[in-house]
Amino acid sequence: MDVLNALILLLNYIFIPALTYGSQLALGAIFVTLIYGILRFANFATGDMMSFGTMVTILFTWYFQSLGISLGVLPTALIAIPFGILFMIIYMLSIDKFVFKYYRVNKSPPVQLAMVSIGVMFVTQAVVRIIIGPSDQRFFDGEKFIIKAREFKEMTGLNEGLALKSTQVITVLVTIVLVSLLFWFLNKTKTGKSMKAYSDNEDLALLSGIDPKKIVMITWIIAGILATIGGALYGLDKSFKPFTYFNNMLPIFAAAIVGGIGNPFGAFLGGYVIAFSEIFLTYAYKKFFMYILPESMEPESLVQLLSTDYKFAVSFSILVIVLLYRPSGIFRGKVL
Amino acid sequence: MAYFEGIEMTGGYGNGPNIINSCTVNVNRGEIVSILGPNGAGKSTAMKAMLGLLNLKSGSIKINGKDISNLSPQDRVKEGISFVPQNKNVFAGMTVEENLEMGAFLLNEEIENIIEEIYELFPILKEKRNQLVGELSGGQRQQVALGRALMIKPTVLMLDEPTAGVSPIVMDELFDHIVKVKRNNVAILMVEQNAKQALSISDRGYVLVTGENRYSGTGNELLNDPRVRSSFLGG
Amino acid sequence: MRKNLNVIAAYSIMMVLIILVGIFQSWNIALSIFNMCLISAVMTMGANIQWGYAGLINFGIMGYTALGGLAAVLISVDPVQEAWSAGGFDILMCLWLIIALVLIISFILKNFQKSKVRTYAIAVLIISGILLIRFTAEPGIEAIEDINPAKTGFLGGFGLPIIFSWIVGAFFAGGLAFIVGKVALGLRADYLAIATLLISEIVIAIIKHEDWLTRGVKNVIGLKRPAPYEVDLQSTDWFINLVEKFNSGKLELISNLSDRQAALNQLVIEGSSVFVKLCYSGLFLTVVIILLILTQKALYSPWGRMMRAIRDNEEAANAMGKNVVKQHLLIFILGSAIVGIAGAMLVTQDGLFTPGSYRPMRYTFLIWVMVIVGGSGNNFGAILGGFAVWFLWIEAAPIALFLINFFTAGMSETHALKLHLIESVPYFRFLMMGLGLLLIMRYRPKGILPEKIEIK
Repeated sequence: MDVLNALILLLNYIFIPALTYGSQLALGAIFVTLIYGILRFANFATGDMMSFGTMVTILFTWYFQSLGISLGVLPTALIAIPFGILFMIIYMLSIDKFVFKYYRVNKSPPVQLAMVSIGVMFVTQAVVRIIIGPSDQRFFDGEKFIIKAREFKEMTGLNEGLALKSTQVITVLVTIVLVSLLFWFLNKTKTGKSMKAYSDNEDLALLSGIDPKKIVMITWIIAGILATIGGALYGLDKSFKPFTYFNNMLPIFAAAIVGGIGNPFGAFLGGYVIAFSEIFLTYAYKKFFMYILPESMEPESLVQLLSTDYKFAVSFSILVIVLLYRPSGIFRGKVL
Repeated sequence: MAYFEGIEMTGGYGNGPNIINSCTVNVNRGEIVSILGPNGAGKSTAMKAMLGLLNLKSGSIKINGKDISNLSPQDRVKEGISFVPQNKNVFAGMTVEENLEMGAFLLNEEIENIIEEIYELFPILKEKRNQLVGELSGGQRQQVALGRALMIKPTVLMLDEPTAGVSPIVMDELFDHIVKVKRNNVAILMVEQNAKQALSISDRGYVLVTGENRYSGTGNELLNDPRVRSSFLGG
Repeated sequence: MRKNLNVIAAYSIMMVLIILVGIFQSWNIALSIFNMCLISAVMTMGANIQWGYAGLINFGIMGYTALGGLAAVLISVDPVQEAWSAGGFDILMCLWLIIALVLIISFILKNFQKSKVRTYAIAVLIISGILLIRFTAEPGIEAIEDINPAKTGFLGGFGLPIIFSWIVGAFFAGGLAFIVGKVALGLRADYLAIATLLISEIVIAIIKHEDWLTRGVKNVIGLKRPAPYEVDLQSTDWFINLVEKFNSGKLELISNLSDRQAALNQLVIEGSSVFVKLCYSGLFLTVVIILLILTQKALYSPWGRMMRAIRDNEEAANAMGKNVVKQHLLIFILGSAIVGIAGAMLVTQDGLFTPGSYRPMRYTFLIWVMVIVGGSGNNFGAILGGFAVWFLWIEAAPIALFLINFFTAGMSETHALKLHLIESVPYFRFLMMGLGLLLIMRYRPKGILPEKIEIK
């Protein structure tokens, strides 16, 4: 019984939250890695682009709520996401046209494009704050829990409760569907393969008749989908605040690099690596040991490797270690 | 009049000096033509000019009598001109089969048959069809590069130093493959460093010096020409 | 000469702008802008010698700034004796442990061949070391943080004049840069940017959460000043006389004696804060001028020439026998140390240390905008960038307000859009920074004052 309690404890406080957080990071990391693999620069506007897409989603959610449209137990935001994606893609394509294209055509070094993306970051941040403001926005509605901790306890008779939020399930499900679709697209369709080819060897792709303009456009469209959905899921699960989104850029970068930048599958796994290690290393295992150890051996301290204040620091340290020992990432090998 | 010809081409990269000066190269279908010459003679440049990778100041390029001087490289690919660059001529992170599929990117029809034809030509590729090209040996990579270029069923195949950096045995094998390709009624134009071996399989050859035609003739003529021998073939 | 004319013109415009602020807003605002411009200039000089001289991207400026600030705290605050007696021993033990750990690891790295066993051994050592340090430190940290948490709750510092911290801050930042440089400098440019950004976040996390050392988010306030206090000045005779003399014309217009006294008091209060700011300006200006002379000398020295050679063609410089790695490390340390000075200056001016305020937008990316806008590789350009961008950063809100009012003049005062825009005025500064950066990068990629030296 105690072992079961201990397992439920880990499931409730480590596994489920890490899986959810990891999925959110993974979507962002694939976004970073796609831009890096095809447009060949580190996009420092990542977090803010995600907040832009989420902002539009929130505005549409409010609009639908005011019209009385809802999905019942599901959050209204789910019907607003497609609109968020649409605006996100328009925003990204126009930024590409007016800003990034010039440097791409002139074959500027990647560093210059990264600097330019900082300009885009400033502008996007301003746009988001001017439109929706800098403060916390909650836009979740519908049924909050699928399993409530108290009900779970009553049902099973265990001491430990298991809470499962609907946003957690939605996040994981949507991520699985989206990522499978993406990998199917990249690996099985002609257009997807031509994107891989372009990322692998640009000159040869041109000689094979692949149209770079089309590749760039599709990349931004996929990026817009990933950014909006990733951002909206994060906002539904936690809350929307522009500054948090900007900050999320850092673990997202960490995930993309850990997975081997330019490799979407690596980025996908990298998201979970970062999320799990952040939560594993900062969780206080006292209660866990209380369940599995005999009373005489119960620990006195919190049995916490690092205080939760260092959550971000964990992911960055992992990144630094990876950069030192395997600069090409853990899952190197295939491109895109 | 030859099938594919570059007539009196003059030009260089960007606004730089001319690298080729009224240089003329032509090739017929079912024929192998080599461009030879010392380092810096403009061999690769002449070939790139015919592909449209640099702007010509004068001269023209014609295929089957049609002037294509103003077409972009991509549009020339559509005219049936395929090119294998010297370096980075494969998609190293993709499988053999994906490389071939990318070669046929412009084709809208079913490509399974064409892939089978390529596998007949290069049996080793069939064996390795699902392997990443980056993991293959140098000679096998060159075969992938050739196969990719042949996927659009080109009428003209241009090769930029196809045997650079491979061992002599692999080189012979590659030349055998090139001869096989020629038998499919393809016009083959290649730039080579290994002049003797290249001439031995070539129907004709051009020797360029400082961007101008110096000698030309059939493979045997050039091989036996004492001037060519002494200056480029090492006696 | 024409290029010098550019420099003079640009700086004159900048000065006129600040003077205009003095005339139309107040001299207090103008001087605080000027002081912050000077501090920004020091930061941009630091970033500029890394980026402009050597082409190294350092997105960790925030971390070095914060370390400089920490130096200011550790130097100037009086030591907290009770804290030292309560937990000082444990902390010192930890320090020894850390030193021992580093020595053991470097010993292993030196004396054993690279192998899997070695890697795992080091990993085990580090993890067990961290655990050991945590167990040793925990009681000490708790004891220290328990001592009068509302006021101290940390070890305090050395109680020295704060001005020393400017040098110590440089050493702190340089030390961190040494470690970061050893770790990260081999990375490709964009990886280096990300790595330094993340490392600076780690530094901030430590400063924010190690309360025993820095008081963390509880902030350290009331740091000693190198300049006189306003309150003291207001009761000092020579200062009152000085203010009276300056404003004699204005004061004589007031005939009533008590009114005149009240006006004088008001002027003294205003004057005192202007005077204090002028003191800071003097100090900061000295630092800027000293640094400018040094960096200019370095730029035109054989060493500066070598750095540019390395920047423009690393491989060739390497082939010519220049130790690129060593030079990169050196310049990374130097640049970061200068940023550290700026960090200490900033805390000195504010008189308080607020770890929560260190955010990458303000302390890393804004500085980069300054470097790019001003002109990388040119010290005068970098300083000008610091001035121009900081000025715009502060004046963006009034400018935006003016523009909003201008364009919405037709709307009624209560129009929702107008109210919303006016409410969002603070965020227009981000918009201006972003647009400014994008426009400069597109149409004047070398900055307002481009690098002058051309290698022929």
